[in-house]
Amino acid sequence: MKLEGKALCLGADIDTDVIIAGRYLRTKDRQVWVEHVFEDLDPSLGSRLRGSVIVAGRNFGCGSSREQAAVALKEAGLVAVVAPSFSRIFFRNAINVGLPVIEGECDCSSGDHVVIDLDEGVVSCGGVVTPVRPLSPRMKEILHEGGLVRHWRSKKQ
Amino acid sequence: MSTLSERILGGKAGDYVDVEVDRAYVHDGTGVLTLEAWKEMGCPGPANPERLYILFDHIVPANNSTTATLQKELREFARSKGLHFSDIGGGVCHQLMGEGEVLPGEIVVGADSHSCTLGAFGAFATGVGATDMAAVWGSGLIWFRVPETIAIRLSGSFNGAVEAKDLALTVISKLGMDGASYQALEYIGDGMKSLSMEGRLTITNLATEAGAKTGLFYADDVTLAYLRQFGHQVEKQVPEPCTYVRDVNIDLGDLVPVVAVPPRVDSAKPVESLEGLQLDQVFVGTCTNGRFEDLQRFASIVRGKKVKVRTIVIPSSAEVLRKAADTGVLSTIVASGCTIGTPGCGPCLGAHMGVIGEGEVCLSTANRNFTNRMGIGGSIYLASVSTAAASAITGVLTVPGRVP
Repeated sequence: MKLEGKALCLGADIDTDVIIAGRYLRTKDRQVWVEHVFEDLDPSLGSRLRGSVIVAGRNFGCGSSREQAAVALKEAGLVAVVAPSFSRIFFRNAINVGLPVIEGECDCSSGDHVVIDLDEGVVSCGGVVTPVRPLSPRMKEILHEGGLVRHWRSKKQ
Repeated sequence: MSTLSERILGGKAGDYVDVEVDRAYVHDGTGVLTLEAWKEMGCPGPANPERLYILFDHIVPANNSTTATLQKELREFARSKGLHFSDIGGGVCHQLMGEGEVLPGEIVVGADSHSCTLGAFGAFATGVGATDMAAVWGSGLIWFRVPETIAIRLSGSFNGAVEAKDLALTVISKLGMDGASYQALEYIGDGMKSLSMEGRLTITNLATEAGAKTGLFYADDVTLAYLRQFGHQVEKQVPEPCTYVRDVNIDLGDLVPVVAVPPRVDSAKPVESLEGLQLDQVFVGTCTNGRFEDLQRFASIVRGKKVKVRTIVIPSSAEVLRKAADTGVLSTIVASGCTIGTPGCGPCLGAHMGVIGEGEVCLSTANRNFTNRMGIGGSIYLASVSTAAASAITGVLTVPGRVP
């Protein structure tokens, strides 16, 4: 599985409250989350997610278990998140909704071309290739099928 | 020789295990997405509804018709499928699970990050997202990577107005917001004997703020006595020699009242260093500090005095509210000029009554102080109940124990 996009650089400890604020959670309308994603961090970020790879600092997705955070990023067209570490609930949520999350490090310059090769276990940022932590076979399978719901449906058939 | 997490999960640190879930719970917030995912998965069941709980706490009572309609669907689902159900006003999910539901040695998942609270009973309890929870509804199973464990070795006992919350915030600051990522915390040592069950629940509640998968206490005499109130006879858990990835030693007698400065939970500073900070609101409650002992302590400090800043007190469950009413704690709090909210999460996550305005400062006994969390442009300082009570009386951040 190969993924690529433009780098969008963010800092460490990006919490799920700033990804999608608590005031927008009471709905099933995914478009609401897309409209307000990152609103409290930088309102211009939301429109730049499509086709991008977020390259963040440590502990991405910390805080609340709200799955709407991972859904909002996925629905906004984000390709993947690369960070040295993730908050564990966000990490599981992302895999479960089909958003690739990669534990690795990149020297991030905004707009750099980022290529992630999940099978080789490497990420290339602006041409510099570094190894990343491999995903477990089960996680790769879930991602490959587009999330845990589809993975379940396919298992049942 | 195993850590408590290894013992409960049946594997060594680093192993991936598939385990059967003993109890699984969602609230009105995460339950909506869980139900959606579960329907999409097309499962029969759910498997083992007697192990599943839907507990309303996030927006209670409903604030508008959208919320009310979402809650209606969950309520009907719980009733038709035979899940345990607690309606508006019953209390915060973690508190309700701690009122005689969760037992030592169990595997517990909650669709909320603070589900690690229940580790205080010697259970392996952790938070998951909605889709993971839907899979638990469907199969009764979940996978985990067995975590490495950090030992928090406690000795001594608290001095003066120091309480469990000060310990919890101090531990988080020592570890950092991701200092325990993917790992578990075990609180061990002689110091734990002096900690009440309610205090332990406050401590494990904050484990996730250091990124930990869970925080655990071994079930001891304190645990057994607490669970006996609910008719449970359980056995103690005896620690074995085992390998910890890190040791953090804390003498409870060295601790001082602290406050976590926004927007980070790992920023504990002595209350003394920020004394006099102007407050616009004090909030006492939540899954961290809304228990009966908390309300009792708050009442003992505000008794016969009037608060100088608007103060919201929210019991963490209907049972806590009932006890507070029966013992006169509630009337003491009301007489001091505080307002009382429906048992639940209150304004903690910024979605319901008690949110703060732009530029306002709230001193809160909750567990998160992230940017805009309790209202756009507001700031949240986290502290203990004693600090909150002392500060409510003066209207500014105040070291507890110094109120005349």
